Amino acid sequence: MSVTPMTAKQLAQKVIRKEPVFLLDVRNHDSFADWKVEGDNVQSINIPYFDLLDGVEDVMKELPDDREVVVVCAKEGSSIMVADLLAEEGKDVFYLQGGMKAWSEHLEPVKIGDTTQGGEIYQFVRIGKGCLSYMVLSNGEASLIDATRMTDVYIEFAQSKGVQIKHVLDTHLHADHISGGRKIAQQTGASYWLPPKDAEDVPYSYEALEEGKEITTGSTTIRIQPIYSPGHTIGSTSFIVDDAYLLSGDILFIDSIGRPDLAGLAEDWVGDLRETLYSRYKNLSEDLMVLPAHFMIMEEVNEDGSVGRTLGHLLKENHGLNIESEAEFRKKVTGNLPPQPNAYQEIRELNLGKITKNEEEQREMEIGPNRCAIR
Amino acid sequence: MNVTKVLDAKGLACPMPIIRTKKAMADLQSGDILEIHATDKGAKSDLVAWSASGGHELLDSAEENDVFKFWIKKA
Repeated sequence: MSVTPMTAKQLAQKVIRKEPVFLLDVRNHDSFADWKVEGDNVQSINIPYFDLLDGVEDVMKELPDDREVVVVCAKEGSSIMVADLLAEEGKDVFYLQGGMKAWSEHLEPVKIGDTTQGGEIYQFVRIGKGCLSYMVLSNGEASLIDATRMTDVYIEFAQSKGVQIKHVLDTHLHADHISGGRKIAQQTGASYWLPPKDAEDVPYSYEALEEGKEITTGSTTIRIQPIYSPGHTIGSTSFIVDDAYLLSGDILFIDSIGRPDLAGLAEDWVGDLRETLYSRYKNLSEDLMVLPAHFMIMEEVNEDGSVGRTLGHLLKENHGLNIESEAEFRKKVTGNLPPQPNAYQEIRELNLGKITKNEEEQREMEIGPNRCAIR
Repeated sequence: MNVTKVLDAKGLACPMPIIRTKKAMADLQSGDILEIHATDKGAKSDLVAWSASGGHELLDSAEENDVFKFWIKKA
């Protein structure tokens, strides 16, 4: 029987289309418990590969015949070995090409909508890690927001659309993933924008993102309007694009809100977070489409694979926007916090330009889910 | 530490470090100590988990010049 590779892109599309898929995850139990492929119609079991070295007869009984079976491991080596063993026993199986590393790195571009004057806005869904980045295109130019380190994807996408990346922006200093912003700006000659309060003492030059400073993409058609919105970090800045989209960074998600502790200052920043969510955001138009920098659970993903809801909807439905008492809010976001993302301090230092890491090291640092939210 | 055998698994990618370790372990007696050298980062958590699942005792581990060293006592 046959063993067929399945790319991260193929698996991502199955997850988004909610096609049934059965995963045999052969990583160790801790890795599986920490982070795995998830989806509405994804069923998975976890049996470490080292428990299958003496034979796979037992696991054969657990594999369904009515859906595709994909063997998954960290990089792919062990999954190929297990897939071969299963094929020898007479089972057609797939393995995830590149393993969870490839899953973590895959970006799926999804069109969010059109802007006025014939522009477009795309969301890049990093489905394995829950990171979201954005490209605003207009009249041959593009602005890129919260880019991941998979810089080729954006550059190739811009080329395929015939646009030149002019501005690269980060809503804040990221702690859960490595920003590709600076690298793309260097490669394309674009300006790199950062909130100055998140970029103190950085050894590189950047344009200061400040409220009131508008950034245009294309022939002055699309306005990117920065809104100072501290809380997740002191410099966190949201953008209103074309008066229609609110890019909320790590401040407001679909089903949760940002956590204030990743720079070690939860107590100091909780007040800012409250102010941003309960005063600043509440003064914005409820028709704005909120486009966050992350999602945490598949329930936050829309039918078409995009992640976004109107601010009006979130003001009603998002629990984090409906905690009346300030004391309760304070308790909720500073106590009982989820574990911090893998290597988050090193990731901050890398994004600040204080340390350098090779590609393999960067991959290792980003292993696991993003964990930027409080539900 | 009284090491019975040293296994060089440097340069090998997953799953080979564990497969070699399992084979080397099979030749040892209960109570013997196997010292393993590996360079694959995934080997660390997998060796810990594999030892636990087989009842072996991970006595110690160290990292020197990008080489991970493990000492496992056979159950």
